[in-house]
Amino acid sequence: MKSPDIRHIMKNYGIVIAFIFICIILSILSPVFLTKINIINIVRQTSIYGIMAVGMTFVILTGGIDLSVGSLLAVSGVACAGMLKAGYGPFPAFIVTILVGTFFGLVNGFIINAGKITPFVVTLGMMSIARGLTMLYTKGYPISGFDEGFRKIGGGYFIGIPVPIIIFMVTVVLAWLILTQTRLGRYTYAIGGNEETVRLSGINAPFFKTLIYGISGLTAGISALILTSRLNSAETIAGTGYELDVIAAVVIGGTSLSGGRGAIWGTFIGALLIGVINNGMNLLGITAYFQLVVKGIIIIGAVLLDRLRD
Amino acid sequence: MSTLLQMNGISKSFPGVRALSNVNFDLQKGEVHALVGENGAGKSTLMKILSGMYQADEGEIELNGEILRKTGLRDMLKAGISVIYQELNLISHLTIAENIFLGREPRHKSGLIDWKTMYAHVEELMASFKIDLNPRAKVYTISPAFQQVVEIVKALSLNSEILVMDEPTAPLTGNEVDRLFDIIANLKSQGVSIIYISHRLEELQHVADRVTVLRDGQCITTKPLSELSTNEIIHHMVGRHLTEQYPHADITLGEELLRVENLTKKGLCRDVNFSVKSGEIVGFTGLVGAGRTEIMELIYGHRKKDSGKIIFRGEEINMRTPRDAVQKGIGLIPEERKKQGLILGLSVFDNAAITVLERFSRFGFLQRKVITKKVKDMIRDIDIKTPSTNQLTQNLSGGNQQKVVLSKWFIRDCNLYIFDEPTRGIDVGAKVEIYKLMQSLAGEGAGIIMVSSELTEIMNMSDRIEVVFDGRIVKEFTKDETDEEEVMEYSLGLREKDVPA
Ligand SMILES: Nc1ncnc2c1ncn2[C@@H]1O[C@H](COP(=O)(O)OP(=O)(O)OP(=O)(O)O)[C@@H](O)[C@H]1O
Ligand SMILES: [Mg+2]
Repeated sequence: MKSPDIRHIMKNYGIVIAFIFICIILSILSPVFLTKINIINIVRQTSIYGIMAVGMTFVILTGGIDLSVGSLLAVSGVACAGMLKAGYGPFPAFIVTILVGTFFGLVNGFIINAGKITPFVVTLGMMSIARGLTMLYTKGYPISGFDEGFRKIGGGYFIGIPVPIIIFMVTVVLAWLILTQTRLGRYTYAIGGNEETVRLSGINAPFFKTLIYGISGLTAGISALILTSRLNSAETIAGTGYELDVIAAVVIGGTSLSGGRGAIWGTFIGALLIGVINNGMNLLGITAYFQLVVKGIIIIGAVLLDRLRD
Repeated sequence: MSTLLQMNGISKSFPGVRALSNVNFDLQKGEVHALVGENGAGKSTLMKILSGMYQADEGEIELNGEILRKTGLRDMLKAGISVIYQELNLISHLTIAENIFLGREPRHKSGLIDWKTMYAHVEELMASFKIDLNPRAKVYTISPAFQQVVEIVKALSLNSEILVMDEPTAPLTGNEVDRLFDIIANLKSQGVSIIYISHRLEELQHVADRVTVLRDGQCITTKPLSELSTNEIIHHMVGRHLTEQYPHADITLGEELLRVENLTKKGLCRDVNFSVKSGEIVGFTGLVGAGRTEIMELIYGHRKKDSGKIIFRGEEINMRTPRDAVQKGIGLIPEERKKQGLILGLSVFDNAAITVLERFSRFGFLQRKVITKKVKDMIRDIDIKTPSTNQLTQNLSGGNQQKVVLSKWFIRDCNLYIFDEPTRGIDVGAKVEIYKLMQSLAGEGAGIIMVSSELTEIMNMSDRIEVVFDGRIVKEFTKDETDEEEVMEYSLGLREKDVPA
């Protein structure tokens, strides 16, 4: 959304500046950082949770949150693997994976609206339910080994660009279109801004909210496809802790946790920023444990900055 | 009298708007100085500069002859300036006294709150200004009028010498307004100076000593009230003569559009019966809290009724949500614009168009051109002051925000419009435009229900008047059958026994 508010613009530039700044520092600290291979690697890594961050942007714009995305990824992933192992081709598997993600997302939305329960609680519950279902289905064992065709989704190239990156870009552009040019998009902002006003304006807010959790589930399904294909395996623990990176990308991208304010391009850069930080810390040999600490600090810092500017 | 406060050459700009240019304003000790002007003239901005909420781009503030160097919020509060904003800032589940002493509660040595001292202090304050309120009452139990009084007491407890009231009477009805005036007179006699903002110009006669008129951010005139007639004030405000405050329209009434039978909701209203014809404007009056808004919310499906029938265009309907009502062709302009009417963080476009996005989209994609034209027409018709359709509504002046809420429903064709306090905070000139729009909607066959606390507006604009008292319609009048005094008596419940229960 265009806004003449100078502070708003400053804030959005803030993240771009931070992004460039961190890139410069990393390229000084590590000679590998700016190589083509590494850059492609970063974006490809980013794609998986970047796509989910796109769905999460919708949810957070309405003032909600979806903690279940990591588990939805896992459950869609095993659904995909199950289909493939049962002998269905990549295309039916593809459809079912996405449907499973979307279905669980819609269930989130339905319970939130019908039961008038806060999204935090419902999706926290779903995080556990979906993970549990995944484990029940796989009995804890990974399902691996798929044919060449399917593995192209995560590992292939199209006009020289890794397929996951292309899917990520397409998702971002579609989301941008939806948010700025469609009814659903404008309602998303409006619901986050003031839900009571939206309802009094004669709009079926619960319906659109449900749809939006469906979108979040849908993006988890897409990511599940990429991850399963790339690893050539659907793991029970896939996506554990992803909600952290996903929510962080959205928040760092300037979308307000209280809803109604934010933009998809912010999420895009936010996701890249997380990717760069993850990659940089790996290059610099920082342990995974310490990486978690750093990421947590970054999330709190981003929200704090958001508050201070209000 | 001596000059207490002087604001010299104050200018203030926002992106795309010059809100104030070179404004001079002064306040004498113990006077009530009225500040009037059209919506967006800069009244609230001037007062926000005085309260330290905004900093002026140019100009200076002099208090007791000394130029203030620091003009932050705390500095101004310390200097004895308190502002009562139109949006009340009380915490409804705390008591009156707790609200008044919020953040500076008297304490025992142990650090625990000294309730005794607190209540005693508040009682004393109230007594000295002849205010009759129980400091132990929770704020949500008292009416908006008294909440306003609590804000005043809060200001007094800070020993404020200067009190700014930004549209204090907007949510109040007749006798509540009178009570506020009594309190103001009392304050004055004790040497408190008051800056009083209002769009109800007839009130000025009762309270103001001097009047300053702002127009487009400039000071047009400052004069003693005795030297200005209401018409002159209006002329200064809008820059032209206003021929009629209440336009007249001859509209032939059509068939019955809405009929409400024995509408009842426990604790809110009972046995409400009335009807609206096509082309008719039905006015609802009564005290704040009488149940007018609640009756409208029941019809609109925002609340669930216990019993009774709602018959709309010949068919009994049962609205479960506002969406059902809107689909049937009913639109409600809610009373509380910030909580229910607007999405403050979104633009004028997003707010005004929200009711028609569904109608003007193809495969979910918005027909922006069509919608933008509609919004721009609306901005022109009711003169919404905004630099562009992209301006966030939170940056508009109060009256212009209200106009955006109205345009939401003017833009959509409805069969029945329910306007709850449509002209609250709207200036005299714009009111006329809004009345005309209402009449043209009626002329096209829509029915209109207008709930208003402004009796003159009800008397002049309605074809029929329903008086609500204590959740019931106690009297129905047709136009010209009655006068303000009689309506008032019914609103106060003084003559309700005439009515069969
Ligand atoms: N924070 C802001 N950002 C941008 N523009 C602003 C802001 N505050 C006020 N304005 C603009 O400044 C002008 C003066 O506004 P102000 O609120 O002082 O008007 P007002 O005289 O109080 O009007 P009303 O009678 O409608 O309350 C308006 O055009 C308004 O849109
Ligand atoms: Mg104002």
